Amino acid sequence: MPFIPHTTEDTEQMLRTIGIAAIDDLFDEIPAALRQIDLGAIPDAISEQELTRFMRRRAARDELDLCFLGAGAYEHHVPAAVWELATRGEYYTAYTPYQAEASQGTLQVIYEYQTMMASLTGEDVSNASLYDGASALAEAVLMAVRANRQSKSKTILLPEGLNPLYADTVRTITASQGISCLSLPYDSSSGRIDTAALEQHAAEDITALVIPQPNVFGALEDVDALADWALDHGVTGIAVVNPISLALLEPPGQWGRSGVPIACGEGQPLGIPLSSGGPYFGFLTCRKSHVRQLPGRLVGRTLDLDGRPGFTLTLQAREQHIRRSRATSNICTNQGLMVTAATIHMSLLGPEGLRRVALTCHQRAQALLKAATSIPGVEAVFPAPYFHEVVLRLPGDAGRVLARMAESGIAAGLPLEPWYPELENCVLACATETKTEDDIARYAESLEAALSPAGGMR
Amino acid sequence: MSELLIFERGRPGRAARAQQPRPERDCDLPENLLRTQAPLLPEVSELDAVRHYTRLSQRNFSIDTHFYPLGSCTMKYNPRAANRLAMLPGFLERHPLAPESVSQGLMACLFELQEYLQALTGMSAFSLTPMAGAQGELAGVAMIRAHHLDRGEPQRTEILVPDAAHGTNPATATMCGCTVEELPTRSDGDLDLETLQAMVGPRTAGIMLTNPSTLGVFERQIGAIERIVHEAGGLLYYDGANLNAVLGKVLPARMGFDVMHINLHKTFATPHGGGGPGSGVVGVGEALRPFLPIPFVIRDQQGFRWAGSADCPKTIGRLSAFMGNAGVLLRAYAYLRLVGRSGLSRISDYAALNANYLMTALRQAGFEMAFPQRRASHEFVLTLKSVAKSTGVTAMDFAKALLDEGFHAPTTYFPLLVPECLLIEPTETESKQTLDRFVEAMTLLLERAERAPRELKEAPLRMPVKRLDDVRAARRLDVRYVPPTDAAASEQLNAAGQ
Amino acid sequence: MSEIPSELKYTKDHEWVREADDGSWVVGITDHAQTALGDLVFVELPEVDAELSAGDACAVVESVKAASDVYSPLSGVIAETNAALNDAPELVNSDPYGDGWLFRIRPGSPAELEELLTSEDYERLLVELDD
Repeated sequence: MPFIPHTTEDTEQMLRTIGIAAIDDLFDEIPAALRQIDLGAIPDAISEQELTRFMRRRAARDELDLCFLGAGAYEHHVPAAVWELATRGEYYTAYTPYQAEASQGTLQVIYEYQTMMASLTGEDVSNASLYDGASALAEAVLMAVRANRQSKSKTILLPEGLNPLYADTVRTITASQGISCLSLPYDSSSGRIDTAALEQHAAEDITALVIPQPNVFGALEDVDALADWALDHGVTGIAVVNPISLALLEPPGQWGRSGVPIACGEGQPLGIPLSSGGPYFGFLTCRKSHVRQLPGRLVGRTLDLDGRPGFTLTLQAREQHIRRSRATSNICTNQGLMVTAATIHMSLLGPEGLRRVALTCHQRAQALLKAATSIPGVEAVFPAPYFHEVVLRLPGDAGRVLARMAESGIAAGLPLEPWYPELENCVLACATETKTEDDIARYAESLEAALSPAGGMR
Repeated sequence: MSELLIFERGRPGRAARAQQPRPERDCDLPENLLRTQAPLLPEVSELDAVRHYTRLSQRNFSIDTHFYPLGSCTMKYNPRAANRLAMLPGFLERHPLAPESVSQGLMACLFELQEYLQALTGMSAFSLTPMAGAQGELAGVAMIRAHHLDRGEPQRTEILVPDAAHGTNPATATMCGCTVEELPTRSDGDLDLETLQAMVGPRTAGIMLTNPSTLGVFERQIGAIERIVHEAGGLLYYDGANLNAVLGKVLPARMGFDVMHINLHKTFATPHGGGGPGSGVVGVGEALRPFLPIPFVIRDQQGFRWAGSADCPKTIGRLSAFMGNAGVLLRAYAYLRLVGRSGLSRISDYAALNANYLMTALRQAGFEMAFPQRRASHEFVLTLKSVAKSTGVTAMDFAKALLDEGFHAPTTYFPLLVPECLLIEPTETESKQTLDRFVEAMTLLLERAERAPRELKEAPLRMPVKRLDDVRAARRLDVRYVPPTDAAASEQLNAAGQ
Repeated sequence: MSEIPSELKYTKDHEWVREADDGSWVVGITDHAQTALGDLVFVELPEVDAELSAGDACAVVESVKAASDVYSPLSGVIAETNAALNDAPELVNSDPYGDGWLFRIRPGSPAELEELLTSEDYERLLVELDD
């Protein structure tokens, strides 16, 4: 019996102590009619050895040589030390740090994380993380609605240049709270928020404006102007940002005259492998005036009975286990293990390392764009400036081109037409610091081959 | 003994050089978009970082190091094989949006997980996307609402929740635009059926229940509850937090539940990670199937593919950018394969055996149980009300003193209904020896409480810190490190919580 | 036994009410309430000029273990809130009937004053709760 340590003797002694004849007696309060079940569909147990062979075969089917996909999940080098440390049993198998004295390790890690994220985003306070970037944005929207007392409309402006998976998630999570999300179109020549369209909302009661930087196309928005527009119109600005890019780019707390009050995004680029989509973590930071509206956990530093510094969960009265139906959110976990890994990762990179990673990503994306657009018919859809992702228009059916490239071991990008019908045959391609000159040359070769008539196109 | 912060270990200019790429040239992005001040990140060597985070880990209690009988958390052994297999390169390096043609290995595992969970629960379909129990609840209640709206009954906005329920239940109901109606629990641990009958009606959307309940006992009247709620037009939501107690013994669908979530990080041994990641997969009966959150895996002639809004037009939508916590799902899958069909029902056998044995032994040692006449499920509640009255030693004091004895404390002050309570869940992976040592320690503490209560009130004495000032933490909010040169900014941030 | 000044009026939700010289009514939470909550860390007060009905949740008193709603005992308009509580929420603990007052309301419906509890009524309520 895997993982169950009881010997026959143990069991007999325990039954005797309890005063019953058999283990089955322990379930005598359950109505008999409920007890007939058939688990036939579930296979018999296999050993660790057998399972390892089996899973290895399955995992091998999913291996690809090169990945040029981004769109919210990014491939970066993760130092070996990160996961060796994060999977230590003391981090891996610890629970939420409710008994602070027995959890000073995890609590201190989170405090250090909060410090790093607040600084990276230019805000005052960070929480201990949320599930992922998309749900963090949903929580940020709920937070803006609670915090913006001047606005009654609960209307949120969502740019079309925001990752559509994020927009969908926000709509699902905020659906039942009387919040309406309005689409804000992008300028088709620049890929950026259409400021004329934005200006049309100037006289309306808008609660919040979501500002992605970079946006889903990789394009960099004029965030100073957008932040100031929000400020001037009583609109709460919510930044959705890439944490690697923040090593180079102006952080949301500094946008415009006085920054935006809420920043969020996907933390996966900070030391979390692609992992087929999760677990990742969402970060959420804000100005100190909004701290009581911040959902999720928060670690604070305080003193113990002897006057020594120590860490503990704080402001818990906002959370579900105390406030119940009046809680700021129903959220119960943070992504503790991912935050541990990210904190170690950020410590190993440091400010200079992170800056170099960001700069290298930028230059690799520039190289990718140059190599791809040197192929006849392949065009850059939007102009600079951009960060580590670009949109390419192909002279052929994007779906088929990508399928051919996948056959040669390359995940070449994401077709955008399913979400943006006007971007026919357009592909979102990403190059991070993990892509070498050779990788990019190979991409260009493979793309050219996939487009050629001999490759079965047109 | 306190530890330095990672920032305090660093020196300007120190770095882990092996981790730094070499950009080709300087930054050519427009000046006005660029950062002017570097972010506050540690400047340490690789050894500094490794030593720091290794030492911090040693200041934690964990399942791998301590008996951790937290009620309602199911702190069972997390098999190392699950970790290794979930981190195989093909799974670990795969991008979530990779083409389906190169995702068949992962999707096969996820499809089978869906099928096995269906078999274990009696539900018709599962979506593996919710990333935690609370998100699973959100999906469940949102689906219930969608169902009523679809049938032209928008007035059904009341969710019934037992007063003993976990805080996420009412919080979730509110997030879904519903109102919460609380149901009283009787002194024997079952719900008050008369009140339930009076509270259901045309505004009832549904009821959220855990069974066994948060009080550690099986809700014996579940058949009657199901009839009452369904007859009034409401649906039943099963909070799977306590599934470990009845795994392989009872199908929630057979109890009458229309929708449920499972906490994979409880029942299926995925790691708690210091507070996450979890996974709150959601299962439904036929009535709610059209509303399942996307994506989920379906199989057709070509192989496996993702179901999206085209396949599921009435879906409540997506709960995250991708398809849930794949790494957690793979660990749960591995666990299920290692345990197998007959192993699954043995889990609840030994979870119940351990809980009832511990309950009996503690009762014999002089502790007062909240429901002495009931069977323990996989957990039980004991109350220190009389001890507190006669000695002044509270459940909190006991919890802190247990840390000094080398045990993580059980859950304290939950469920809210029982004063000075401890909710104890040993799980099936603990041996009789461990349980006996725990009983010994508890007995010693009880004796010490009567003889020298002062000692317990000052516990813990042997941990890295003593009891922490929670009030100070909240009033003088210090939630980020500010380097000494930024003293002025520091003053502002540490002002009373504003 | 907690303090229950006889000249004040009370509600079953543990608020006290006192008439001010200008005809407005000052509201706070009772000694029993502040003891049950423990050390307060934050108080969220209503906006000045907010219009309330009797029974509306209008403020929150937060300690480390609980965040409780405070309900307006009367219908009316908020005239003033106790700004001192922003920096010193502990005033509610140390002086719940004096410096720890929460807000002042101009009552819209004089009949509601009759429905408030006397100090004896409130004392009886506390005894019942204790059983």
